[in-house]
Amino acid sequence: MLSCTHILTMDDLTPDDIALILDTADSFAEVNERRIKKLPTLRGRTIVNLFFEPSTRTRTSFEIAAKRLSADGVNFSASASATAKGESLRDTAKTLSAMACDLVVVRHRYAGAPQVLAECMDAHIVNGGDGIHQHPTQALLDLFTMRRALGRLEGITVGIVGDIAHSRVAGSLVPALRMVGARPILVGPKTLMPARPDVLGAEVAYSLDEVLPELDVAYMLRVQFERDAAMPIPSVREYARLYGMNAARLARAKPEMIVMHPGPMNRGVEISSDVADSPRSVVLDQVNAGVAVRMAVMYLLLGGEGSGAAA
Amino acid sequence: MALLLKGGRVVDPAVGLDAVADVVVRDGVIVEVGQGITIPKGETIDCSGTVVMPGLVDVHTHLREPGREDEETIATGTAAAAHGGFTAVCAMPNTTPVCDTGAAVRFVVERAQEQGLVRVHPVGALTRGQEGRQLAEIGDMLAEGAVAFSDDGRGIQSAGMARTAMEYLAGFDALYVGHCEDESLAGGGAVNEGVVSTRMGLPGQPAAAEEVMVAREVRLAELTGCRVHIAHVSTAGSLELVRQAKRRGARVTCEVTPHHLFLDEDAIVSYDTDFKMNPPLRTRADREALVAGLLDGTVDAIATDHAPHAAHEKELEFELAPFGIIGLETAVPLVVTHLVEPGVLGWSDVVRLMSHGPRAAFGLPEVRIAPGMPADITVVDPDAPVDVDVAWLKSKSRNTPFKGQTLRGRPTEVLVGGRWALRGGEVVPL
Ligand SMILES: [Zn+2]
Repeated sequence: MLSCTHILTMDDLTPDDIALILDTADSFAEVNERRIKKLPTLRGRTIVNLFFEPSTRTRTSFEIAAKRLSADGVNFSASASATAKGESLRDTAKTLSAMACDLVVVRHRYAGAPQVLAECMDAHIVNGGDGIHQHPTQALLDLFTMRRALGRLEGITVGIVGDIAHSRVAGSLVPALRMVGARPILVGPKTLMPARPDVLGAEVAYSLDEVLPELDVAYMLRVQFERDAAMPIPSVREYARLYGMNAARLARAKPEMIVMHPGPMNRGVEISSDVADSPRSVVLDQVNAGVAVRMAVMYLLLGGEGSGAAA
Repeated sequence: MALLLKGGRVVDPAVGLDAVADVVVRDGVIVEVGQGITIPKGETIDCSGTVVMPGLVDVHTHLREPGREDEETIATGTAAAAHGGFTAVCAMPNTTPVCDTGAAVRFVVERAQEQGLVRVHPVGALTRGQEGRQLAEIGDMLAEGAVAFSDDGRGIQSAGMARTAMEYLAGFDALYVGHCEDESLAGGGAVNEGVVSTRMGLPGQPAAAEEVMVAREVRLAELTGCRVHIAHVSTAGSLELVRQAKRRGARVTCEVTPHHLFLDEDAIVSYDTDFKMNPPLRTRADREALVAGLLDGTVDAIATDHAPHAAHEKELEFELAPFGIIGLETAVPLVVTHLVEPGVLGWSDVVRLMSHGPRAAFGLPEVRIAPGMPADITVVDPDAPVDVDVAWLKSKSRNTPFKGQTLRGRPTEVLVGGRWALRGGEVVPL
């Protein structure tokens, strides 16, 4: 059993919860190798994907996870919030409550939206990404992928490279890594760093080349400079030269270092095409892990016991 | 008709008073202050155990009328002011439409005469539509009764425009009220930039977004000779800039709000939008520096920045919700609970910071507990509890982070020119 009712941020989870989720996901991953990938486990349960922001990848991953557990998955696409004079988040929550759903996955442009839902709904809430805050299932699937590729999590050094300040992936991955005993280093120009990375428990480096030899994982973030009016870097070209992962850098890294990316990738910017397609890249393993980890989260939140699930 | 306020502790440092005394009011004017007074006919109010002070003034109130009467009106806002122990408020100009013409000022003055429970002093806009591009008709507004000028809510972004505004005002010896926020630095920040913005994944406003503009305003005050008042100072750095400017002899004053004095960013535990204000709640060190500024004279006024908002607008995602909280009714109880009871401030300091200081900064008529002065008087029972809840609040809006708290120090009587606005803790309708 998990110690929490909702997964809004990584803070909701204990290290034991994380271990339970990863172990449960391991057994679901086996199911996903089978020809018939469906289990009857959550038959009759209703899982709503409440997406205020379009995200085909994340939504599809949650949708497949729900279907493989035989839950009734429903997509509820809401227009991006009240500025559009639509109904407020609370109204939407009340509407969904009236429909008696069991679990709600919420993706929202603004931080804190999952918490608002958790405050005014009975259902279990899973944060599918809120603003630049957190995306806990992404962090969990990343841990899952690292554990499979490296055989351990404790003691590994993970460089998270790029636009940290605007990344909900970094927002949840840093505390997740801390909880499993790994060492996160945030890497990027100072203009892309959060105000106080120390409160997240992360080290900071401004030069990728300097920290590269220490890394067991190079986690390349997607460059999204359209978010900012004042361009925080001189050019995409300079960014790629200083912070992009390419064959030359890979050659200088530990031989077992893996390269990760939450997708979708800008090939040639934060990651070169040959690296993205090399055996050192585990990007597709991350996508694959996403389904198993989300199955585990749904299963455990809705009352499942331990990892016997896949039996 | 005579009125005797009997046996209260009368505090007015401007006339050297801090003693149990009786105050007699006749025809709206204080006629006698002394001991053992009785009056043959008229009314006697037992004020024993209370503090009797010159009427308190809030120089930073948003009354929302015209335009957002669903959030507050001149009638409800002044009722909240009376309930909070104030005899006068300065009404900020960011209404809809913006108060940027003589006619708009006249509307506020006339509506306040008809419906206001306390005195209302309009603040006019500095620039047309508060757009920061062209001066508003300041001379006209002065003629209609505006007491100061401000683009509060925005802040003039161009230093050149701010200089022009100050030079123009200096010709009238009128007051410039600065909302200090460099928007290119503040961005869309919803909270203070730092620990909380990082942890909550919210865009932050750095302290420098405020301090850069405070530095600009005090330098321009020195360049132009204009009287400048810095609204809602929230950082230690801003306060230090004001302190140094005062030492150099600049004509600069400033205010702090109760929420910046009594809350810091650590109070933002969830995404409760009643903690979203502008400037945002800063750090504990900033908060402590502001309290120190009350004592050393750097801070001239405690002002509420009373900003009512409709519930459905505050109940938005944190980043989308409007800034601001109501403050008229909680200011005195917060000051009593957190500063007077622990002995940080004496009652004469309260009078300095909530009556004389703000009046001097804004050039408002003096109010004294002395014969011949208009009877603008506030009486506070320092021991009476105040439950900050929906039933108790008179403001039309409810957006306060202090709800649910029990404080001490309840305003019981408010006299405005000898007329009851608050009596026995109850608001007296017109
Ligand atoms: Zn302001």
